[in-house]
Amino acid sequence: MTNMATAEPWQTAEIAGPRKAMVITKPEVAAAMIKQAKRPILVVGHKAAEIKLKDKKMLIDYMIELAEKANAPIVATAHIVGEFVKRGHKPAGWMPAVDIGNRLADQDWCGLDGKGSYDLALFVGLPYYMEWTILSGLKNFAPNLKTITLDNSYQPNANWSFPNTDVKSWAECLTVIIEKIGGK
Amino acid sequence: MSRKGLNVKIGELETDVGFAKNLEFSIGKIVDRTWEEPMGPTPFPSLTSLRNWDMKLLQRYKPFYMPFCDLCCLCTYGKCDLTRNKRGACGINMQAQQSRTVLLAACIGTSTHVGHARHMLEHLIKKFGGDHPLDVGGLNVQVEAPTIRLVCGLRPKTLSDLEEVLDYAETQVTHLLSVVHTGMEGNNLDFESKVFHAGMIDHLGMEVADIAQVAAYGFPKADPDAPIVDLGYGTISTEKPVILVIGHNVVPSVGIIDYMKENGFDDKIEICGLCCTAHDITRYHNRAKVVGPISWQLRFIRSGVPDVVVLDEQCVRADSFEEAQAIKAPVIVASEKNCMGLPDRTNDPADEIVEDLVTGKIPGALILDPEKVGEVATKLALRVAPHRKKFKALPEAAEVLEKAKECTQCNACRRACPQDLLIPEAMKAATEGNLVKLEDLYAMCVGCGRCESSCPNGLKIHSFIVSAGENKMKDETYKLRVGRGAIQDIEIRNVGSPLVLGEIPGVVAFVGCANYPKGGADVAEMAMEFANRRYIVVTSGCAAMSLGMHKDEDGKSPYEKYTGEFAAGGIVNVGSCVANSHIAGAVIKIANIFAKRNLRGNYEEIADYVLNRVGAVGVAWGAYSQKAAAIGAGFWRLGVPVIVGPHGTKYRRMLLGRADREEDWYVYDARTGEKAYVGPTPEHLFQAAETKEEAMVMIGKFCMRPNDTSKGRAIKLTHYIDLHKRLYGIMPEDIHLFVRTITDIPVTMKDEIIKILEDKDWKETVIPDPTLLPRMIRKRKE
Repeated sequence: MTNMATAEPWQTAEIAGPRKAMVITKPEVAAAMIKQAKRPILVVGHKAAEIKLKDKKMLIDYMIELAEKANAPIVATAHIVGEFVKRGHKPAGWMPAVDIGNRLADQDWCGLDGKGSYDLALFVGLPYYMEWTILSGLKNFAPNLKTITLDNSYQPNANWSFPNTDVKSWAECLTVIIEKIGGK
Repeated sequence: MSRKGLNVKIGELETDVGFAKNLEFSIGKIVDRTWEEPMGPTPFPSLTSLRNWDMKLLQRYKPFYMPFCDLCCLCTYGKCDLTRNKRGACGINMQAQQSRTVLLAACIGTSTHVGHARHMLEHLIKKFGGDHPLDVGGLNVQVEAPTIRLVCGLRPKTLSDLEEVLDYAETQVTHLLSVVHTGMEGNNLDFESKVFHAGMIDHLGMEVADIAQVAAYGFPKADPDAPIVDLGYGTISTEKPVILVIGHNVVPSVGIIDYMKENGFDDKIEICGLCCTAHDITRYHNRAKVVGPISWQLRFIRSGVPDVVVLDEQCVRADSFEEAQAIKAPVIVASEKNCMGLPDRTNDPADEIVEDLVTGKIPGALILDPEKVGEVATKLALRVAPHRKKFKALPEAAEVLEKAKECTQCNACRRACPQDLLIPEAMKAATEGNLVKLEDLYAMCVGCGRCESSCPNGLKIHSFIVSAGENKMKDETYKLRVGRGAIQDIEIRNVGSPLVLGEIPGVVAFVGCANYPKGGADVAEMAMEFANRRYIVVTSGCAAMSLGMHKDEDGKSPYEKYTGEFAAGGIVNVGSCVANSHIAGAVIKIANIFAKRNLRGNYEEIADYVLNRVGAVGVAWGAYSQKAAAIGAGFWRLGVPVIVGPHGTKYRRMLLGRADREEDWYVYDARTGEKAYVGPTPEHLFQAAETKEEAMVMIGKFCMRPNDTSKGRAIKLTHYIDLHKRLYGIMPEDIHLFVRTITDIPVTMKDEIIKILEDKDWKETVIPDPTLLPRMIRKRKE
């Protein structure tokens, strides 16, 4: 993958409308937003268990660390709840990606723990186009929710997104984010 | 009385010329007085006749919109930015705009099937006569047209009887399309209701098209033992001239087969097909072969195997003419809906057309006479084949290795690929002399060709993938059970009780197109999983082909291994896209034949029955088209949930229940009028799954219905829990929502589940006689 630090959708034709994601140029920015969030939630798709980032460390491993440091509940989508459990982390919930999108768009939803709605949703590991459409739903119908994608491809429908980034830089960014959150 | 008929009855009539007594006559349409079934409340429903039912569904299964575009560009006020539910210049907001777009897609799909049916019917009436009987299964199929009976209140007996159905369908499609115009509906749920209406009309169109062709062409008539035919590139004999047909409307292909047979060429020429026309040629002629689903178009044409390419309508690649030219195969276009810019030679003598095509005077011809298509295609294949063997458009391995060096690793191909395939990596490996990575892409490639269009260096990337996978392609030698058409009434009687009671855990329909996230093998795997679990598996269209492209350790394909009977453990190929009507028909017939509910113009009651009692689920794993949207919509209104693959989110909205909202899951108990909590059964009406594993767990869950007996629920729960544990590696968390009484709990999991129920503060509920319709309550609450 080339290092294309441009804010273009990863899938070329997936152009959004006038409102496009801000580009995260420094991981510290993402870390600060996560730290500031009162009720963050992390939505992790099945690709997290397929993508190897550094040595034997998978994307899912980074996400467990991040969630634990940020004290953010994880929703595992597709079939990967077992992968979390194997790693000693039981997600707060597991459900289809569209279901969690639907709940996040509901301003009356009181969250997985019944304690209130979330103010920040972090997305990672879904098929690009599926994340694109779900984030579009949230962009348009969840005005009180901020979204960040932690994938290495630009998602125009998030509030914040990395640009299209190579795997090595991506792993470094995630490491910095995890370090900076540092036990919220 | 039928809609257009005028029936006149005169007790006594005295005129200048005589005296008549008890005179009765009909104008236009003879009244069916032999049908004792009373007419229901909604024959020939208008746009709003079933609105109340739709709103009941939409209250429970609310749309979750995922705009695929934030703008509206349909009028000159625009473009209008609708982001965050802003209103456009016409006043429409984002929600309404999304459902409006869904309605547009559904109208496209519906008009395609209805138009297909009209062309088919006109031709068949001309050829076989309007009085040709509608025999779709002899004595085994007394309910010959369940959707037509249900929607129109008609019982068609001849081809001509179907014209009235299409008159109605065409009127409805026109009205529905008009609703998309600026300044019509403004409410998203009313748009959604009309989407459902379009879907229901689509099912009518499909039913007309399929029962007409089954009856007239003598396709297998509800035959569980329909012939087994060849499927796959490797089964096509390249020793013979090869005619390739692509599309959905089999009429011109029948012309080819008839001409070949009449002139003794049927064993001298290979006729094979792609997409649904392929299904229907095998239903007509069991020497015909299926190459594969829609996604095989580019790869098969580029292989150079076809000598003549005949295109009809629907799902035909817009560049198929250019692709055929590249292998010097002449093209015949045979549908007025798909003329491809070619000269109309319909009225010219066949030999003259053949000569012009053979000499290259014209590269292709539009021929709108199916018999003439037959003569021209056959003669052309015989003339052309010896000279053009074989202008292959696929490069040899050495050329791929060489050309790969021109790749600059710019990623444009990968970024254009719908599946995000790792093409640059594979190209890099090719530069190092390794084609394995390109070969590995073959099975997952959906054949769209966008990689090539995007390549700044003009590399024929799709051809590289296919070339690297050529050995795999040549090994594609599978078997397909020919589309059987309808389900027999006796089969419905046999499975009705165990299905409605839940003892056969469900009917799972694998249908639709081939935009699969990770290749077609997933469809075969899912289908066999559920057949092995003794669900009834039905299939149609491209999915039915993908399902067949699998071999077990004994070399048998699923159609050889599993029965074609509509029974537990069967894998039942009903046929082409339009044969989807038999899947809806089977569901409807369960309500009619097994439960003795009246069909005639009685849509709402039957849909209520299906939603609450018939554990049926549709899975359109690779759905891409507007037709698929319309087919899905027809199932939603009928109360059958549909699961799509991850690309299905691009349909812009899902219809989702909320398991966490107890208040959404109450029904009436028809015995008492009391409201009863029944849990999220079925949880969603339209849902996208991210992976095949997730889809399989969803299927298990979505087959549960409020009416399941305890024994049936225990069986369904066993499958759901077992799938969840195996594929997710953990017990499901929502078991308490599906256990109504202790007797619902699978015996083998009792201790484990009881503990979960205790933790969830579970309380026992009743098993009602479920309905959403107050009028179905037999005894009102005092």
